[in-house]
Amino acid sequence: MSIIVGKNTKVITQGITGKSGEFHTKLSQEYAPRFVGGVTPGKGGTTHIGLPVFDTVKEAKEKTDANATMIFVPPPFAADAILEAIAAEIETIVCITEGIPVLDMIPVKKALERSKTSKLIGPNCPGIITPGECKIGIMPGHIHKRGRVGIISKSGTLTYESVGQTTALGLGQTTCIGIGGDPIGGMSYIELLQMFEEDPETEGIIMIGEIGGDLEIRAAEFVKSNIKKPVAGFIAGQTAPKGKRMGHAGAIISGSHGTAAEKMDAMKAAGITVAEAPSDIGKAIATAISRKR
Amino acid sequence: MNIHEYQAKALFAQNGVHVPEGYLALNPTEAEFAFRRLGGPIAVVKAQVHAGGRGKGGGVKLVKSPEECFNVSKSMIGMKLVTPQTGAEGKLVRKLYIEAGSNIDKEFYLAMLVDRDTATIAIMFSTEGGMDIEEVAAKTPEKIITVNVDPTAGLQGYHLRNLTFAMKLSKEQTKEFNALIPKLYNMFVKYDFSLLEINPLVWTKEGKFIALDGKMNFDENALYRHKEIAAMRDYDEEDIREVEASKYGLNYIGLDGTIGCLVNGAGLAMATMDIIKHCGGSPANFLDVGGGASEEMVTNAFRILFSDIRVKAVFVNIFGGIMRCDVIANAVVNAAKALGLKVPLIVRLEGTNVEQGKAILRESGLKITPADNMEDGARKAVAAAK
Repeated sequence: MSIIVGKNTKVITQGITGKSGEFHTKLSQEYAPRFVGGVTPGKGGTTHIGLPVFDTVKEAKEKTDANATMIFVPPPFAADAILEAIAAEIETIVCITEGIPVLDMIPVKKALERSKTSKLIGPNCPGIITPGECKIGIMPGHIHKRGRVGIISKSGTLTYESVGQTTALGLGQTTCIGIGGDPIGGMSYIELLQMFEEDPETEGIIMIGEIGGDLEIRAAEFVKSNIKKPVAGFIAGQTAPKGKRMGHAGAIISGSHGTAAEKMDAMKAAGITVAEAPSDIGKAIATAISRKR
Repeated sequence: MNIHEYQAKALFAQNGVHVPEGYLALNPTEAEFAFRRLGGPIAVVKAQVHAGGRGKGGGVKLVKSPEECFNVSKSMIGMKLVTPQTGAEGKLVRKLYIEAGSNIDKEFYLAMLVDRDTATIAIMFSTEGGMDIEEVAAKTPEKIITVNVDPTAGLQGYHLRNLTFAMKLSKEQTKEFNALIPKLYNMFVKYDFSLLEINPLVWTKEGKFIALDGKMNFDENALYRHKEIAAMRDYDEEDIREVEASKYGLNYIGLDGTIGCLVNGAGLAMATMDIIKHCGGSPANFLDVGGGASEEMVTNAFRILFSDIRVKAVFVNIFGGIMRCDVIANAVVNAAKALGLKVPLIVRLEGTNVEQGKAILRESGLKITPADNMEDGARKAVAAAK
C-alpha cells in the first residue's frame, strides 16, 4: 500500500508541450509508465513524446480516463489550469508551478472546499511519488527506495535529503509528498498524516516544515491526539531573520509569529521526535520507530 | 515589495482615500517651499526610508516656520536614521515628505492582510491607534476586532457592522468608515496587496477619517500585472547584494555572518544556515540558486559571495535532483578559476551523478575541500572561517 498515487494512477500533464512539462513528463514516464496524455490548448489531436495531446482537461479525461494531472502551466495561467482540473473532476491535481499570485489561489481554495472529487498537491512543490509505482513531479526518482516511511514536506530539496537519509538507513519510503511553500495551497499536513496513519505499509511519518504560518503547529496538535504511528520532524529557518521572505512565498516570519522555535516546541510537546539539524532527519525517524516498538 | 510613505499616500489619494496634503522634497530648499505651499502654521518633516519606528529615531519632526522646516530638513537629509527596524547601521535618508499637520480627535488602527488559514482577506480594526498592535492584541484583545472577507463573495454590509459596532463608533464615524473600507478593500484586491496597514487612521476634528501613515506590501508574484507598482521599487532602499542577485534570478538574502552559502532549494538553503549555526558559525547569507541553475547563475552567485567582505569561507551545499552534480561541479570549478579562490571553499555534493561531480572537483587542481555530508561540510566551513 501507499497513499494517493500508485500502480492504478493514470496521469495527464497540463502544459505537456512546454519545456519543463515535456522534460519532466519524460522523466516521470521513464520512472514508471503512468502517463496517458497531455493538455495544451490549440494542440489537440497531435502526439507529443508518444502521448496524445488534448485541448481541454475535460476531453483528456473522457478519452484517457485519467485520474491525476501534473500542472506545468506558467504562473499567470496556473490558477485557471487548477480550476479546469477541478471542474473536470480529476481526483489528484499536482501543481508544480512556482510564483502564483496569492489572491489567485483563494478562489482555487474555495473551489477545492466545494469539490467532492478533487484534491490539490502544491503549488510550488516537487510533487508526489510512490517509489517504484508512480512519480508525478520533478523529484529525482533514483534516490527513492520502496519502504516504510511516509514523508510530508514543504521543501523540495529537504524532501530529497530525507529520502536520501531514509534510503541510506534501509528504511525506504511508502509515499513522499511535497505540499509546497506558498501561503495558500492544497492538501496540508493534517489530511496527509491521517492517510499515512491508515496506510498499513507506513510505519513512521516524517514531517518537514519551515518558518511562516502555523500549519505545523496545528499539525502537531493533530498528531498529539490522532496519530499513533511514530512521527519525526524538522523545521527549516531557525536562523532566518524576521520579515524577510526566504525563497518560498510563504516562508516569512511576520511579527513574532511563525518562527522555527515556536513550531519545534509545539512538535516536541506533541511527542514528535524533532531533528535539530537537517542531517539528523533519518536518524530521528529511525529512533522514533524503534522507540515505539 | 515595499514602497515609500509618499508613494503610498499618492496611491491612497488616487483611490479616494483621504490623506493630509504633502509634498516630496529632495533638499532643504524644496522642503521650505513645500512648507510655504502648505500654508499652515505647522508641518511635519518625515524621512522617507523603508523602515518603521521612524519617530523614535528622529525621522519625524514637527516644524513651525519655513526657516525651521529648512533647518530640520537640512539636518535630516543625508543622516543615517537608526530605528528599531533598521539595525545599528541605520538607513541613509535621501528623500523627505513635508506634510500638513492634522487636527487629531482620535487615533485608530486598521489593517488588511491575506489570512492563510481561512483563505480570506482579514480586516483588523482597533481603537488603539498609534500603538504596537501585537502588544494591543496580547494585553487588551477586546480592543481589537477582526473580520474575514471571502473575496469570492466580496465585502458585505455585515463585515462593516461587525467592525463598527464592536469598536463603538459614533454615527458620524460609522458613516465615514462605511465609505472608507470598500475603497481600501478594492485597493487591496486591485493591486494585489499582501498587507495594508494604516497606523494611525485618524478621526479629525473636522469629522473625517484620514490615513496619517500607510504601509503597503505587494505580492511579488503578482507584480507582473502591476507595472505602475513595480516602477515604484526604490533600489536604494534594498541591500545591494540582494538587488544584484535578483538581476540574475537568484534568491538571495543578506545576513551578517561570515560563511557564504550557495545552495539549491529554499528549504535546503534555510537548513544550511541552521546547520552552520548548529556547528557554531554564522551564515553571511541565504542563497537559493534554484532547481535548474545554469553555469552563468552559479558564476554570478560566486561573484556576489566573493564581493562580500564579511565572507571568510564559502559552503556550497547541493542535493542534485534535476540539477546534476557534474554540471554544478563544472560550474563551481569554472567560477572559481574565473574569479580566483579568495577564501576557503567547502563543497558538499549529493544526488544525481555525484561521483562524476566529485571527480571534477578533485581533478580541478583547485584547493576545494570536499565534504561527506551536510554536517561535515558545515563543520569544515565553520573551522575555515575562524
